[in-house]
Amino acid sequence: MSDLIHKTAAELADMLAAGTTTSVEITQAHLDRIAAVDGDLNAFLHVNAAVSLEAAKQSDARRAAGAPLSPLDGVPIAIKDVLVTTDMPSTSGSKILEGWMSPYDATVVTKVREAGLVPLGKTNMDEFAMGSSTEHSAFGPTRNPWDLDRIPGGSGGGSAAAVAAFEAPLALGSDTGGSIRQPAHITGTVGVKPTYGGVSRYGAIALASSFDQIGPVTRTVMDSALLHDVIKGHDVHDSTSLKDEWPSFADAVKNADVKGLKIGVIEQLDGEGFQPGVLSRFHEALELLKANGAEIVNVSLPSLAHAVAAYYLILPAEASSNLAKFDSVRFGLRVQPEGGGTVEQVMSATREAGFGAEVKRRIILGTYALSAGYYDAYYGSAQKVRTLVQRDFADAFSKVDVLASPTAPTTAWKLGDQLDDPVAMWRGDIATIPANMAGIPGISVPAGLADEDGLPVGIQFLAPAREDARLYNVGGALEALLEQQWGHTLLSQAPELKGGQR
Amino acid sequence: MAKAKLMDYDKALELYEPVLGFEVHVELSTKTKMFSAAPNNFGSEPNTNITPTCLGLPGSLPVVNEEAVRYSISLGLALGCDIAESSSFARKNYFYPDLAKNYQISQFDEPIAINGNVEVELPNGRIINVDIERAHMEEDAGKLTHVGGSTGRIQGAEYSLVDYNRAGVPLVEIVTRMIEGAEHDAPELAKAYVATIRDIVLALGISDAKMERGNLRCDANVSLRPRGSDKLGTRTETKNVNSLRSVERAVRYEIQRQAQILADGGTIIQETRHWHEDTGATSAGRPKSDADDYRYFPEPDLLPVVPDPALIEELRAALPEKPAERRRRLKAEWGFTDLEFQDVVNSGLLSEITETVAAGASPQAARKWWTGEIARLANAAEGDAGIDISPAQVAELQQLVDEGTLTDRLARQVLEAVAAGEGSPREIVETQGLAVVSDDGALIAAIDEALSAQPDVLEKIKDGKVQAAGAVIGAVMKAMQGKADAARVRELVLERAEAL
Repeated sequence: MSDLIHKTAAELADMLAAGTTTSVEITQAHLDRIAAVDGDLNAFLHVNAAVSLEAAKQSDARRAAGAPLSPLDGVPIAIKDVLVTTDMPSTSGSKILEGWMSPYDATVVTKVREAGLVPLGKTNMDEFAMGSSTEHSAFGPTRNPWDLDRIPGGSGGGSAAAVAAFEAPLALGSDTGGSIRQPAHITGTVGVKPTYGGVSRYGAIALASSFDQIGPVTRTVMDSALLHDVIKGHDVHDSTSLKDEWPSFADAVKNADVKGLKIGVIEQLDGEGFQPGVLSRFHEALELLKANGAEIVNVSLPSLAHAVAAYYLILPAEASSNLAKFDSVRFGLRVQPEGGGTVEQVMSATREAGFGAEVKRRIILGTYALSAGYYDAYYGSAQKVRTLVQRDFADAFSKVDVLASPTAPTTAWKLGDQLDDPVAMWRGDIATIPANMAGIPGISVPAGLADEDGLPVGIQFLAPAREDARLYNVGGALEALLEQQWGHTLLSQAPELKGGQR
Repeated sequence: MAKAKLMDYDKALELYEPVLGFEVHVELSTKTKMFSAAPNNFGSEPNTNITPTCLGLPGSLPVVNEEAVRYSISLGLALGCDIAESSSFARKNYFYPDLAKNYQISQFDEPIAINGNVEVELPNGRIINVDIERAHMEEDAGKLTHVGGSTGRIQGAEYSLVDYNRAGVPLVEIVTRMIEGAEHDAPELAKAYVATIRDIVLALGISDAKMERGNLRCDANVSLRPRGSDKLGTRTETKNVNSLRSVERAVRYEIQRQAQILADGGTIIQETRHWHEDTGATSAGRPKSDADDYRYFPEPDLLPVVPDPALIEELRAALPEKPAERRRRLKAEWGFTDLEFQDVVNSGLLSEITETVAAGASPQAARKWWTGEIARLANAAEGDAGIDISPAQVAELQQLVDEGTLTDRLARQVLEAVAAGEGSPREIVETQGLAVVSDDGALIAAIDEALSAQPDVLEKIKDGKVQAAGAVIGAVMKAMQGKADAARVRELVLERAEAL
């Protein structure tokens, strides 16, 4: 196996610039890795080696002509299947879109193509991004590279597993309630949810429009910054995308320094309900930051007590409407009831056959929450909680620069363990959901392995809206301090994947 | 469609007071659609004016068309509405195959314009102020064609075709408050109200406002309140009313139908009803109750619309004259009597006369042509393509009369030729030699001949029996094929009779 797969995107970019390798070599190495190990992982739903290699060849030609499109020109990337692509099917992990080819590229996909990155394929996910384990994919679960009997997190388990297993140096994810950050925590990788509106949502198959945000999934903070720098910015196709001029996030990592940084520890996310090994790594990380000049204080966000309940009303409400378009009329699956049927019967049969249990559960919940007579009690109350969460954050950020918490309460659990208890799985999103409710950015950075199970633990930092650069500062600093302490990267501790184990 | 049992209209009005309400949808003639860059064109090949957003493809997002917002603000202002500092979009959720996303983006609790008032003038001169509750922006649905059924409705069709060209075309829905007190004039008010809205949007230049194309659509709500009761009756909402005349007829029909049901001890079902132009009746559509649950919620893909106050003022300053103001001004300028002016308004000829006057004709002459001879020709041509006469042509015709080239009779003849597409009045006069013979020599020759052919008449004239000249004048006019000024001929006849 070529060592190229163990390089970070930044290293690959340097090697390409120095002419010591080619995009074709890099791309081929990753395709070989996918061929070797993805049978065990099921991180990818679609790979087309010929298309990827053709893109790599064009990148090499550009570089040979002295005209690379960006520093990352020629570096491969995996794309979460929630993003629509013209040259690969886009299913969002659902049978109802099996094989569907989009006539247009998502804006982020256009941006990575325009930067010369080489798409390797589409990664697995919980159906329509509904889930925290990738077990709700219609195309089988993705497995955790650290332990193939465990979940890789979700919904973006495919992107996280692909990056953790060295199938791709970079991946795109989407984060509605933690779908980038929680899999990063679970797999020992880095994941960033940008400020709401910081990255275009055009072409991201919507789960909950007011929460959804596209972001980077990588092995290092610098790689996330480099990818974030490619995909950020206003898009005329997305009214909710911000018109801000963004600073260079790569520069924020380069200049990372926590001296004088005021970090608030969220009291509500530090203690009860959190696995001891998760809390140990979290506190050690805070100590390390403190030893390097950061100031650590406790802050309280009382509204977080209601955040999960409110989130799981607003999300299904928006999702029930967003998913109404999957009706067999214009695209995707069409199921004819026996002996034909009216358009309503065809729609109904298609949705019955095409949607999985979790999707149906949330559509029913959301439809109910929006119904006349229930709207005020459910959707209306949930929006009030959302306002309270936003106020709590505003209050907290008037006192501190960033907030910190464990990214999730537990390490990776065994496949199937939580499938019978959806509410338990929803509760696991407690630490990640608040950022989506407030529209603020968040990052998950590896903090070590839990003592009790030897599985990865992530630490989450949150910053005020538009202050994504602060995350790259604190995340980059912590990553460097921890790796200095460990003498290696966290992922180097993962068991070697041999392929053919399943 | 069998007609229901109808009560005599006057009797219905004796027993009940009609209460009306209207929802008028105006399709805006913006270059692109409400939420996408797809062209907003009528009559293109099916499914060609579409983008991923029009089709509701996965991942697609709406973006508000600023031109549509400006048009909507102008319309709101023309309706006397307050423009909201901030208005927002909501999703109206229901499954229907012409609705690509299975929700319609509309404005719900925060419309762009509220609390307006429109002055509506009825044919009898009565003016009724109609209060506008709101005007809000929304997107149109696609167009379904049901194939294989006998009714053209979705029920019973073998299959249906969907054209999404119309999906996402910008609409403004204008909702009135409840209108009471129209009484006997309720049907006329309905027609006049929709005509007023049409005139307003045409004057603003924001819609083609062709009812037959669905640019302007009216849903008429009708209920009856028993005399002496203060309790409102159950209303019906009549749709598919696609001409001004139909609006009037549909409202009259619903009043008569509901009155008969109530008088028979029945109850009115709250429902949508479909107007059938051919039978002049309405039929039951789907039941509609206030409990229809569209699960409205704020559209998370769009930001609120917060227009710049300077833009609102700019649009306010650019508003055209209100139709009622314009009518008052024109009546005074033209000096028409009430009756004359009402006749012009009822015939929908204000613009034609305005333009004819602008082209140089006197208001009275313009009025006479348009309400007289042209109306007669148009009636005669009904069923065909209609007639095509421009105000400029009418003014030119009148000029020919004024300068003595044409007599009234000749002018009517020329007008028919113009209507037949044979050219402009002046061209027709030249090519067909229809001008008055103003050469006295030719006239005198003809007169002498007629006089010598009727020596008894000559004698009578010489005896002072001037009225006897009529026979000679007639003969001369005949000889000149009508191309002579009868008054001049008469003068000359009397002169020649003296001389001979």
